[in-house]
Amino acid sequence: MSEPTTSPASQKLELSLWRRLSDHLASAFAVGTVIIVLVPLVAIFGYLVYKGFGSLNWAFLTQTPKPPGEVGGGMANAIAGSMLILTIGSLLGVPLGIGAGIYLAEFGRNRFGDLIRFISDVLNGVPSIVIGIVAYAIVVLRQKHFSALAGGVALAIMMVPTITRTTEEMLLLVPNALREAAYGLGVPRWRTTLSITLRTATSGIITGVMLAFARVAGETAPLLFTAFGNQYWNWRLDQPTAALPLQIFTYAISPYDDWHRQAWAGALVLIILIVTAVAAVRFVVRRGTLGGVA
Amino acid sequence: MANQALFRPQMTGPQPIAGQKIKKRASPLLTSSDGVFADRVFGWAILGCALIVLGILALIVWQLVSRSQLSWHAFGWKFFWGQDWDPVNDHYGALPFVYGTLVSSFLALIIAVPLAVGVGVFTTEMCPKWLRGPLSFTTELLAAIPSVIYGLWAIFVLVPVLRNYVQPFLARTLGWTGLFEGPPYGIGMLAAGIILAIMIIPIISSITREVLAVVPQHQREAVLALGATRSEMIRIGVLRNARAGIVGGIILGLGRALGETMAVTMVIGNRPEIAKSLFAPGYTMASVLANEFSEAAGDLYLSALIEIGLALFLVTIIVNALARFLVWSVTRGQPARARV
Repeated sequence: MSEPTTSPASQKLELSLWRRLSDHLASAFAVGTVIIVLVPLVAIFGYLVYKGFGSLNWAFLTQTPKPPGEVGGGMANAIAGSMLILTIGSLLGVPLGIGAGIYLAEFGRNRFGDLIRFISDVLNGVPSIVIGIVAYAIVVLRQKHFSALAGGVALAIMMVPTITRTTEEMLLLVPNALREAAYGLGVPRWRTTLSITLRTATSGIITGVMLAFARVAGETAPLLFTAFGNQYWNWRLDQPTAALPLQIFTYAISPYDDWHRQAWAGALVLIILIVTAVAAVRFVVRRGTLGGVA
Repeated sequence: MANQALFRPQMTGPQPIAGQKIKKRASPLLTSSDGVFADRVFGWAILGCALIVLGILALIVWQLVSRSQLSWHAFGWKFFWGQDWDPVNDHYGALPFVYGTLVSSFLALIIAVPLAVGVGVFTTEMCPKWLRGPLSFTTELLAAIPSVIYGLWAIFVLVPVLRNYVQPFLARTLGWTGLFEGPPYGIGMLAAGIILAIMIIPIISSITREVLAVVPQHQREAVLALGATRSEMIRIGVLRNARAGIVGGIILGLGRALGETMAVTMVIGNRPEIAKSLFAPGYTMASVLANEFSEAAGDLYLSALIEIGLALFLVTIIVNALARFLVWSVTRGQPARARV
C-alpha cells in the first residue's frame, strides 16, 4: 500500500458539492419511489379489509343475488360456481402442465424441448381475454351456449404454462444421483420418474400449481363469454355458471349502492379464498409425508 | 403379465456390464417386459402432454386466424385505420381501440418505469438486509391481487381522488399543453394509465432486481475504488451493465399492460373516440372485447372483434419474445461487459 498523496481531509473537499448533493438526491429518489409504490398497496388492502368486512354478512355467503335494485341477497352461487370452474380448470390443466414439465426436465434436452419451452413462455404472455375468445370458439360455439366447462377450459389453458415451467425447474433441482441410484437398482424409467424424481420435487411442484391456481382464481376476462354468469344455482357443466370475479365486476359497474357494498364483500371473499387455498396446501405439504428433499 | 411374474421368479440377478443395455431387470416390482412396455407408454404419454402444449398454441392461432377471415376480407388493412366503430351499419374500424391501448400502456410505462426501477435499485443496492425480504414480498403481493379488484378499487377510490383533486390541479397547472383539458370526469385515459402503472410496477421491479443481482460484485467495487459516490457507482457500475435486462423487464411490463382487460375496462370510460386530452374517456382493444364480445350479434361483428383479438395476440407475442430475449441476454448470457 502506497501512501496517499493527499490527506483524507483534502480528498473530502475534492468531492464537490454537486456530487455530494446528487448522491443524496439519488438516495432520496430511491427511498421516495419505495414509499410511492407502497401507498397504493396499503390503500388497496386497507380499503378491501375495511369495506369488505363492513359489508360481509351471513346472507352474502348463503343467498343468491336479488333482482337489480333490491337490497340484500348474496353471492353463494357465485362462490360455488367459482369453485366448480376452478375444479374443472385444475383437473384439465394440472396433469397436462405437470406432464409437459416432466417431458421438459427428463426428455427435453433437444430442439423440440426448446420449442416447447419457448411456447409455454409465449402462452404465459397471451392476454387472458384472447384465451377467452379461443375457449368461446372451441367450446361455446360447439355447445351452442355458455357453460362452466368453457370457463374451465379457458382457465386450464392459462394454468398450463406456469405449471409446466415450475415443474421443469423443480425436477431439474433433483440431484441426478437419485435417478442413477434408481436405475442402478433396475427400476424402470417411468417408475423412477414418478416415484423418485417427481416425489422428491413434490413440494416445489405443488407450490407451482398453487401459484397457477391463485393466478387464475381471480381471472375475470376469460370467463366473461365462457362461463358468462348466472343469477341462480347451477351445478351442470353445460350451463352458464356464476363466478365470483364476474359477479364482482357486474356489481362494481352497476348503479346500485347495495351492489357496490356486495362487490367489496366479494373481493374480500375472493382474496381470502385464494390465500387460504394456497396456505392450506402449503401447510399440508410441509406437515405431511409429501415434503420432499428439494 | 404381472401375475406371470409370480410363477417365474428371477433367481439370478443381472450382471451389468458397463455400456451394455441391461436386458433383464432384477426389480422386485416388475418383470422386464413390463418395464419396457410401461416405459414406452409413459414416454408417449409425457410426449403427448408436451405436444398438447404445442397444440394449444396452434389452436389459438388457427381459431383466431380462421374466425377473423370475414372481417379481414371485408376491410383488409383499412380495418386498423378506420375510425368509426358502427355495429348498426356493420362497419368496423379499430383505430380508436389501437390508439387507446397504445396511449394507456405508454402512459402506464411513463409512470411505472422510474418508480419500479427506483424500487429495484433500492432493494438490491441500498436497502438494509432485514428490510430486503419483506420489501420484495410486499411488492410481489401487488402482483397477486386479481385485476378485477384493482378495478374495483380504482372505481371507488382512485377515480374520486382524480376527479376532485388531481385533475383540477393538472388542468390549472398544465392545462396549456392540451393534454389535461376538458371536464374532469375522473374516469378516462389518465385513470386507466395510473391503474395500469400500479399493476405493472411489481413485474418491472422484480425483473430489475433479478438482473441487478447478477451484475458482478467486482464491478461495483471497481467503480467505488475509483472514488465514485454511491449514486455514481449505481449509475456507472450497475445500471449500465444491466441496461438490456431492465429494458427487457420494461417491455415485459408493456406486454402485460397491452393485454390487461378488467381494471382498464372499469375505469377508461369505454367510448371509441380519439381525444388528445388524457381526461377524455377512451377504449382499448381488450376492453372492447370484454364489453361487446358476448353480445356481438352479426357474423361480421364477431369476426371484427376476433380480428382485434388476433392483433392483440400478435402484438403481445412479439413484445414478450423481445423482452424474454433481452432479460435472458443479461441473466444467462456473457458476464457483463465493463464499459465505464
